[in-house]
Amino acid sequence: MTDLSIEQTTQRRAGRVTALLRRSGADWRQYVIYIGFAAIFVIFALTLNDKGFLQSNNLLNILRQASVVAVAAVAMTFVIASAEIDLSVGSLAGLAGIAAAYGSQHGGLVMAILAALGVGLLIGTINGLLVTIVEIPSFLVTLSMLWMIRGFGQWRTSAKGQPIEAAAFKTIFGSNSMRIVWLVVFAVIGTIVLNKTRAGRFVLATGGNRTAAEFSGISTKRVKFWVFVASSVCASFAGMILAANLNNTGKYEYGNGLELSVIAAVILGGTSLFGGKGSVPGTVFGALFVQLIGNGLLLTGLQSSQLDIIKGGIIVVAVALRRERKGVR
Amino acid sequence: MADHRDDGTDSPGPVIAMADICKSFNNNVVLDNVDFELLRGEVHVLAGGNGAGKSTLMKILQGVYSMDSGSIEINGQPVNIGSIHAARAAGIGMVFQEFSLIPTLSVARNVFLGNERRSSLGFLDDADSVERTRAVFADMGVDIDPTITMGNLGTAYWQLTEIAKAIAQDAKVLILDEPTASLAKDEVDALFALVRRLTDNGISVIYISHRMDEIFRIGDRITVLRDGQRVLTGPIADLTPADVVHAIVGRKVEGAFEWKPRSVDRSGAPLLEVRHLNVGTRVRDVSFTAHRGEIIGLAGLMGAGRTELARALFGIDHIDSGDVLIGGQRVRLTNSGKAIAAGVALIPEDRREQGLVLEHSVRDNLLLTLLGRFRRGPLLNDRKGSAIAAELINELSVKTASPKLTVGRLSGGNQQKVVIGKWLGTDPDILIMDEPTAGVDIGTKTEIVERIRALADLGKVVIVISSELPELLAVADRVLVLRAGAIDRTIERADIADEHALQLAIQGVAA
Repeated sequence: MTDLSIEQTTQRRAGRVTALLRRSGADWRQYVIYIGFAAIFVIFALTLNDKGFLQSNNLLNILRQASVVAVAAVAMTFVIASAEIDLSVGSLAGLAGIAAAYGSQHGGLVMAILAALGVGLLIGTINGLLVTIVEIPSFLVTLSMLWMIRGFGQWRTSAKGQPIEAAAFKTIFGSNSMRIVWLVVFAVIGTIVLNKTRAGRFVLATGGNRTAAEFSGISTKRVKFWVFVASSVCASFAGMILAANLNNTGKYEYGNGLELSVIAAVILGGTSLFGGKGSVPGTVFGALFVQLIGNGLLLTGLQSSQLDIIKGGIIVVAVALRRERKGVR
Repeated sequence: MADHRDDGTDSPGPVIAMADICKSFNNNVVLDNVDFELLRGEVHVLAGGNGAGKSTLMKILQGVYSMDSGSIEINGQPVNIGSIHAARAAGIGMVFQEFSLIPTLSVARNVFLGNERRSSLGFLDDADSVERTRAVFADMGVDIDPTITMGNLGTAYWQLTEIAKAIAQDAKVLILDEPTASLAKDEVDALFALVRRLTDNGISVIYISHRMDEIFRIGDRITVLRDGQRVLTGPIADLTPADVVHAIVGRKVEGAFEWKPRSVDRSGAPLLEVRHLNVGTRVRDVSFTAHRGEIIGLAGLMGAGRTELARALFGIDHIDSGDVLIGGQRVRLTNSGKAIAAGVALIPEDRREQGLVLEHSVRDNLLLTLLGRFRRGPLLNDRKGSAIAAELINELSVKTASPKLTVGRLSGGNQQKVVIGKWLGTDPDILIMDEPTAGVDIGTKTEIVERIRALADLGKVVIVISSELPELLAVADRVLVLRAGAIDRTIERADIADEHALQLAIQGVAA
């Protein structure tokens, strides 16, 4: 009797421990971006202290420099969580700067902002309609849009930078403190919308299983349409930050390649490329992570070309670590 | 190079002899000492209800599953079929129900897929494969251009191409699994003519079907499995449809599956009225009514239009013509949102594909239809949501370690309970359940059957689609028998003697 009960207790305890381990294992994978961020941060803090890594201005710079990517990536989290992709955000950010410049020339600050966001609204609507009504895969729609927007911007400006004639524009979008403010604002709003509203649930359900979502009464087309609109509007916002930062000037090529950094940040942050799972805080940390690596490695004196190689490698490692083992399901 | 296996093909013994085959999945015996013999040039029908073990037996023959014990001989030689590849090499061809063809390739390339013809230089020889495909089609007596792209052909041609593919690989045994499910009548005739032609050439056919008329038209012999055991083998000429139905059904009605007559008040206006509904080619001129508290059973063979009717009533499939009235009001069911607003809920056929977001938690799945119920301003009130989820989990006794567990990790029965819970929460007036007990354990089946009765007792209309007749007979007050998209018969439950009688009605065979 006693033997038996001891054995039972041991078994139960062992069971509890494995259960705990399993649970922590799953968590570990889910939080890999935060762990990775912390680990790299500690390594840089220890090795690069003499080069000024830990100086508050350097640390705040990481936040500031991440803001453009982070703002666009918050919306991209919704796009990818709904099992779509938006490749047009980079070119659109460039065009938004140009639109802001033209707007400012006709109506100052207000027109600058309205023009930039209006361009985003227009492009997002076109993307959304092409994906949901014409039913062209978003990869193709937004890839085409990438070229069209870039070409349009280059043609209308004769490839010249367009000054934004509103000094306040630079303060609102480009100043040191405001860039951090925008990053935080988008991160907070994005987190709330994805986790705490019906819209967020609809996006996750649509991306997780579109058929089941339809059978649950969700209009998945509507969900996808609005996700594209949000993505484009946020990309335009990112474009305003970008333009304000680059001499308060809009130029068609400023956003070139931005879409790739944005997608990398989203994937690093734990959003599934196949949809159905997404984390806005993860995305923001993904954007910070890429910036952190760049910042630290630059301090070591590496060239930016070498830096790109290492950045790419680290992203592969981070995503590989997060990979769920097959068969667990 | 086509390797010829002339050795033994002329021997008088069976082409395939499977003996004492046993197979269990997790202590669940699926095949219990089953014998199966296939003679040269015969059409051998394999029949049995859901879960009788037919598909497991065939998967063992094809090398998809390995048997626990037993033996397989091909042409008198003991063989060890360890893989699909080994089965192919032994001359066993399968015509898949879900076609294994690639729509973007030509017919000839599909026929030789994985078995490509090569020129002497080692390059693919498309001309040769086109020629050979043409020859195979000529042998089969069908007229298909081998160079046409697969995707441009209709279902019937896909099936024929599948058969050609098996023949091109020198198959001596063809397994046809419900081959007529999606064929029109003249296509069925053509298929049967082909089957005859093949057997005349010495090819043996294993023909899996539920349809009594086909079984008696095409079959030479039949083997019936029930609950993993062989209950009948014999020449079809010696049997009547009633014998076969009896062998398939057996006698087993116990516990919750016993019918309890219920009283339904049909004096007032019906809650649901469907008038002359047409949906594509699959639902034709369907009219019926249902009163509060009534359980309607939809019976019919696969492809009879049951699921399509359900989908149309839930706003998923486009209604071409006809009216749906709920509580006397005409409703336009153009999408699922409108159907839900009109008080309709559908528990879909395929819970994994249509019912659940498998990677999301039990809680999130349960709440997906209920997000409007726990809002606080624009935000969701998580605490209230969790309370609703906990209530549903408790109410349906879903066995889950935590509401936060990924729903894909639950057992089939518990997953099904989550799908049901998701819709119970919306408190629908009309609940349609499409195969609600498919793939769930017997305990959960009982619970679901009792749940259906309880819901009807609350004054809801419950429409149950099920291929499991005992279940249909246990709950239905009235059974609508669908056939080729139209209502063939409407039978009061009290007028159905037993499962046997219903099976005959579904088959359209006079008792």
